[in-house]
Amino acid sequence: MSNWQRKFGIPVVAMIVFALFWEALVWINDWPNYVMASPSDLGPAFWQYRWMFLEHGWDTLWRTVVGLLLAIVFGVLIGMIMGFSRIMREALYPLLVGFNAIPKATVVPVVALLFVGQHDMNTILIAFMISFFPIAVSISIGLSTLEPEYRDILASLGASKLTIFRKIALPKTLPEFFGALKVAVTLAFIGTNLMEIVEPHGRGLGHLFDSGKINADYPLMFAVLIALALLGIALYYVVVALEKMFAGWAEREHH
Amino acid sequence: MSDEAHIRISGVKHAYKTEAGPLPVLDGLELEMQPGAFSAVVGPSGCGKSTLTKLLAGLLIPDEGEVILHGQPVTSPRSTVGMAFQNPVLLEWRNILDNVLLPLEIVPNKLNQKQREDRGQELLAMVGLEGFEDKKPSELSGGMRQRASLCRALVHRPEVLILDEPFGALDAFTREDLWQIMHELRHREAFTCLLITHDLRESIFLADEVVVLSGRPARTQHVMDVPFGADRSLEILYTPEATDMLHELRHQIQVAQGRVPANQEQLT
Ligand SMILES: Nc1ncnc2c1ncn2[C@@H]1O[C@H](COP(=O)(O)OP(=O)(O)OP(=O)(O)O)[C@@H](O)[C@H]1O
Ligand SMILES: [Mg+2]
Repeated sequence: MSNWQRKFGIPVVAMIVFALFWEALVWINDWPNYVMASPSDLGPAFWQYRWMFLEHGWDTLWRTVVGLLLAIVFGVLIGMIMGFSRIMREALYPLLVGFNAIPKATVVPVVALLFVGQHDMNTILIAFMISFFPIAVSISIGLSTLEPEYRDILASLGASKLTIFRKIALPKTLPEFFGALKVAVTLAFIGTNLMEIVEPHGRGLGHLFDSGKINADYPLMFAVLIALALLGIALYYVVVALEKMFAGWAEREHH
Repeated sequence: MSDEAHIRISGVKHAYKTEAGPLPVLDGLELEMQPGAFSAVVGPSGCGKSTLTKLLAGLLIPDEGEVILHGQPVTSPRSTVGMAFQNPVLLEWRNILDNVLLPLEIVPNKLNQKQREDRGQELLAMVGLEGFEDKKPSELSGGMRQRASLCRALVHRPEVLILDEPFGALDAFTREDLWQIMHELRHREAFTCLLITHDLRESIFLADEVVVLSGRPARTQHVMDVPFGADRSLEILYTPEATDMLHELRHQIQVAQGRVPANQEQLT
């Protein structure tokens, strides 16, 4: 079996088996649509609402990505501050942990009240808030656990802190950063959908889900779930591809 | 003579600030080295040997006393120093040649890319790593990585080479290979070398003088001249002369560790 077949063939077969199993389960139990839609109902639902899926899917996608980009910028910045200064680490860490511990479902209405009508900003804000914690922690741990010898080989030649960061600390932290980014991308996606469902404002896949619920269009609800899963997979693998590009050296070769 | 000394460390005292208060690490350290000299420093674990290397590299400034390099007090890091440690700390994302060339990206120099690569390749060939330029560090054995790390320490032609237990993590055979490579490097490259080690055989095989430090806080407890010439083979370690020297060094270390009083006669 070629590498290509293994990488794409096996997951596709797994998905087909999963869909068949699901179809069979609905068929054997004779579940009506309002209990559990079957995969064969989803096709028509996707086709019927294809333009809506595109439009709302795009809304969900871009707000997730903008929220994630913000999380990267702030997360890296705070991670650097905590990584380089022990005092800042001790000061900021409990704050971050506490902030992260607050269930974001409770933050959604607060944010919605704070910035009434700013739907895009609110959604991006939640995606950002939910996803920047792992990034900040990974960068700060990566920097603060850098073995002193790595710093000393350059510092002993008179290199500046910035040079040491650029040539050693930053690239050395990339594998941890991408590990965190894989978690963060999923979280940002959850954040966007949370806002779209809890405070619906007529945009995004969350809204489409909500309208399926209101109209008792169960196949549509299931179709939205599948669309969300596909979008989530796509985002995740974009991060994996970036990781291969920028931190591929950290991957041990398996034989 | 001492006016020409390349390195002079005199009356150096240093304490680290810790949560439990100041921890005196060095107390009255004396060390003098002529240009091209090779000194080995041995002493009990944790006595302050690595601290000494940081002072010489300008990474730390002593609380008291002077560290003089070329007649100038060392107040900050300078590009005429090369360092290697027990951990080779190669950058995994660079190939071996680019790892070796790293200091040339920091130290001001007029070499173009071709000249840099030639210099790197020359050193890699000297340590027996020709053909490994494009390999990643993870593809090399521990001994090979340490050789690459030595090349990196030397690539910018430093005047002072500081080695902090560079062979400490290697097996005995690899270590002996590297001793011989060190000898060859010393013949071809001009540097003054300060070697920190735990291995007494290593110290007398490589150095012109062995400095024994006392337990923490460290002072210079004993200095032993090594009378072997420039050309040395491992055979010299099996001469009666070497045995006597090792014996004496071992005794000095035990004194430093506080296990035997200084005045007690050696039991033979
Ligand atoms: N940055 C630091 N802050 C506080 N204490 C330190 C620091 N660096 C070293 N020490 C302490 O100072 C003492 C001397 O450390 P140093 O690393 O110089 O010893 P060493 O002789 O190199 O030890 P080893 O033989 O284990 O390499 C040790 O007790 C160590 O715990
Ligand atoms: Mg040490």
